[in-house]
Amino acid sequence: MREASRDRAKAFLTLLPSIILVAVFVYGFIGNTIWTSMTDWGGSGALATEPVKNFIGLDNYVDLFTGFLGGGFRQDLVNAVYYSIMLLAGAVGLGMFIAILLDRKPKGEDVLRTIFLYPMSLSFIVSGTIWRWLLAPQGGVNVLPAYAGFKPLDFAWLSSTGAILEFNWQNLFQVLLYAAAFVMIMVGLWGVRRDPRRAVLRWIGPGAAAGLLVWLFGDLLPQALFMEETHGFNLATLGIIMATIWQYSGYTMALYLAGFNGISQDLRDAAMLDGASEAGYYRHVAIPMLKPITISAVIILSHISLKMFDLIFAMTGPDNAQTGHPALTMYLTTFRANDFARGAAIAIVLFMIAALFIVPYLVSQYRQRRRG
Amino acid sequence: MIKSFSKYIVIMAAALLLAAPQAVQAKELTGELEIFSWWAGDEGPALAALIDIYKKQNPGVEVINATVTGGSGVNAKAVLKTRMLGGEPPDSFQVHAGQELIGTWVKADRMEDLTPLFKEQGWMDVFPEGLIKLIGTDKGIWSVPVNVHRSNVMWYIPANLAKWGVAVPKTWDEFFAIAPKLKEQGVLPLALAQNWTANHLWESVALASLGADNWDALWNGTLAFDSPEGIKAWEMFGKVLEYTNADASSLSWQQATDMVIDGRAAFNIMGDWAAGYMYTTKKMTPGKDFGWVASPGTSGEFLFLADSFGLPLGSPHRDNAIAWLKILGSKEGSDAFNPIKGSISARTDSDLSKYNDYLKSAAADFGKDRVVGSLAHGVAANETFMGGFASVMEMFLKTRNPQAAAKACQQLAKKSRIGE
Repeated sequence: MREASRDRAKAFLTLLPSIILVAVFVYGFIGNTIWTSMTDWGGSGALATEPVKNFIGLDNYVDLFTGFLGGGFRQDLVNAVYYSIMLLAGAVGLGMFIAILLDRKPKGEDVLRTIFLYPMSLSFIVSGTIWRWLLAPQGGVNVLPAYAGFKPLDFAWLSSTGAILEFNWQNLFQVLLYAAAFVMIMVGLWGVRRDPRRAVLRWIGPGAAAGLLVWLFGDLLPQALFMEETHGFNLATLGIIMATIWQYSGYTMALYLAGFNGISQDLRDAAMLDGASEAGYYRHVAIPMLKPITISAVIILSHISLKMFDLIFAMTGPDNAQTGHPALTMYLTTFRANDFARGAAIAIVLFMIAALFIVPYLVSQYRQRRRG
Repeated sequence: MIKSFSKYIVIMAAALLLAAPQAVQAKELTGELEIFSWWAGDEGPALAALIDIYKKQNPGVEVINATVTGGSGVNAKAVLKTRMLGGEPPDSFQVHAGQELIGTWVKADRMEDLTPLFKEQGWMDVFPEGLIKLIGTDKGIWSVPVNVHRSNVMWYIPANLAKWGVAVPKTWDEFFAIAPKLKEQGVLPLALAQNWTANHLWESVALASLGADNWDALWNGTLAFDSPEGIKAWEMFGKVLEYTNADASSLSWQQATDMVIDGRAAFNIMGDWAAGYMYTTKKMTPGKDFGWVASPGTSGEFLFLADSFGLPLGSPHRDNAIAWLKILGSKEGSDAFNPIKGSISARTDSDLSKYNDYLKSAAADFGKDRVVGSLAHGVAANETFMGGFASVMEMFLKTRNPQAAAKACQQLAKKSRIGE
């Protein structure tokens, strides 16, 4: 008994330094940033030795989401959402595809593996500069078809002003509800084979009802902004998404490859004996077994996409609303425009979005561990 | 015994030094001098010329040339902020003269008033009065201008214009008249580059639309941005934008200038560092290979910007820094620096024989034109306004809505306390 408590004390003492450091340098500073975001610290005199800071509550947040001058931030936020979704789909999909190809052990598999993983070791600034050159309007990718005798492309990869999937920010609530309804219906359709009753009752039914209600009575919802403001998926982001996928699909490939290698050969042989095709083996055996890997890839990549800064900075520079990103705006607002409070508010918004991804994951992990 | 004696001598010497009368100012300077700037690369040699003079005059001082690269100081300014906040100011740092310095550092009480230095060196008489007003406040003068650049210049290739059969437009109306003619021949009327060059173009257009008096009124807070005049400036800017290139945001300013040189575009409005680029890098002769004129509707107005050096409070080697500032403001220093940098001296008595033809004409204009401050380069407004203006510009480039842009500017002006 005494032995155990002494062990505990020792463990606590060993952990104490890191607990203190994390408490101060992570949670302390998160708290400080939250506090800063609720003040009016900024403008001239912001850099004085004793700057004036007045508590103004949530004004900075209200201004970011509904203010006249927050339009840039709102576009950045929309950009970040599209960017995250495309990056996740692209990097996970492509990484998995390459991993499956390499799992078949083709000749020179180890060389290929290195080649695919290599982009990840490059600094974002370097790859960003390379891609900027590749995607220049009159060079790089656009002149490739000319070598094959076709007309060169004239797509402005990084400066196109076109946008698709546009919506009016005034209708933000409708759009969010539609998205939720869509996700519910999709989840239901996914599970319809396993348990049709539950799928219809729990997911498809409510989802369809919510969608219908919004469609019928959506006009009654409050408007999120006093004026019309359209945001959408800017085509100029495509270039940046391409570059990020190029850089990160090697990483997801490595994750999946490690997972595939961890599946025992017996299992594969058993599946083959039962008459599974190659595709069937991956579809029904290997990939479902690698669910933890998929989840960690999704979480890591979504964080990377939320923190993305250097690649965008190198590819399109600081002021480019078409490809803007909240992290970039945060830096410019804080350190160029000296608007520390608003910069802090943007940082907290980003932090909250990141929490949206990570908290459910942590909760489910915790539950699983308690159950297991 | 010997040890304590030597200690005694050291203490006596120290006491003597402290008690020494102020008259020994001419004493040899020693120690270090750290100069913080963003002048690397093309601008490096100009800075080196100044440092050479300093070293000749003060051989005992070790000069530390701390540069952080990045056009118009994007990165340098952020590094400087962390250093100042961390209590480690450099001895003297480069900053755009005007509100960029005043709004960020003077209002924060981190700069030393240089009025005594200006008086002692007789700079009150050699720098134009309008310039001194723009770099100072009612409480003092805050930096020593090293150079003067002009923002409202339109560049063209005379031979090309003759080939296309158009004359240089004096006003925007004339420009709108010839622009369709250029378009018909497959020539882009006006080359534009990434975001900040749009801000740069805006200030030339707005100055033409508003006139110098209203332009000044905008910045001292007596004219609202969303007044009819302000909205008209944005409308005109929108009209000008119709004659610019669609891929602007992925070009650097040099690439936009290249479009004019190659004959793909007719005109380009850029600061006069473009002359330096064409003269030094492209080896073109001013007046013959390339021509220039004040941007349409702004002849007789000199939209200026200046690099300057200030003296932060708590500069670790103050005497060395003051010696540095003296060289920057001297005739010798500015005439060594500016011909290499491709800018003119802020002094009215500079030796023009050292400058090329473009710079001679700019210096003549600077002497007689109405001098107004540039927005895009930090003279007219503080950094909060400039940062916000960049996003207003992005919004306008997308929506092309003059009313919304003017209103946003007015909110921004209120927020960043323009004119207070």
